[in-house]
Amino acid sequence: MELTRRNAIIMGAGAFFVAGLPLRVSAAGEEAIAAFTGGAEIGTGDIKLTAPEIAENGNTVPIEVSSDGAAEIMVLAMGNPTPGVATFKFGPLAASRYASTRIRLAGTQDVVAIAKLEDGSFVQASSTVKVTIGGCGG
Amino acid sequence: MASGVKPRVKVPKSAAAGDSIVIKTLISHKMESGQRKDSDGNVIPRSIINRFTCEFNGESVIDVAMEPAISTNPYFEFEATVPEAGEFKFTWYDDDGSVYEESKSIAIG
Repeated sequence: MELTRRNAIIMGAGAFFVAGLPLRVSAAGEEAIAAFTGGAEIGTGDIKLTAPEIAENGNTVPIEVSSDGAAEIMVLAMGNPTPGVATFKFGPLAASRYASTRIRLAGTQDVVAIAKLEDGSFVQASSTVKVTIGGCGG
Repeated sequence: MASGVKPRVKVPKSAAAGDSIVIKTLISHKMESGQRKDSDGNVIPRSIINRFTCEFNGESVIDVAMEPAISTNPYFEFEATVPEAGEFKFTWYDDDGSVYEESKSIAIG
């Protein structure tokens, strides 16, 4: 590809788009995490997030979360216009700290699961999902 | 709204006391995210189910807070302990105030 004025503009716009994405991600996503943890430190450990590596259709992406000893698990899609996905609160009759559902993803992004353990500490797991067709319409 | 909303729940008919069972639930609902636009460019207002709960004989099994990122026809799979014979009660709460309920009884044996 020759470096013409037109190509240079296209490349510049592309770079701006790519660089612009993570910026938008951090603000709303971080806020949601802070609201859930109350600013407490998040460790890594006993939490498992199962999501496909490549999702053809962002409208229904199957995910599974499990974490022994979790009281609550919050799932976030960091690249969605609204990052919140769901918060699972386990009651006394939940046989395991496991849940599975289907979510929407706007594009290729990180899906994050944060568990609040019964001792009050937080653990986190994340998984990158490549999305071929986004799921937010528009 | 609330047209064509139909909950479907899969619970085994019987279990041994103290056993854990897998429950699968699905409810038909369009889960309009509030992000989409119609052909005239107007935003289609958000209309989702925002909460789902499952109880067994009045005790909580799971309580899910849902956001627009949950897919159309929300599906959940989870595990519950069955201490005695009784009834599972499933409740979905819609944005428009509607509440959809379903219950399934389970026997010990």
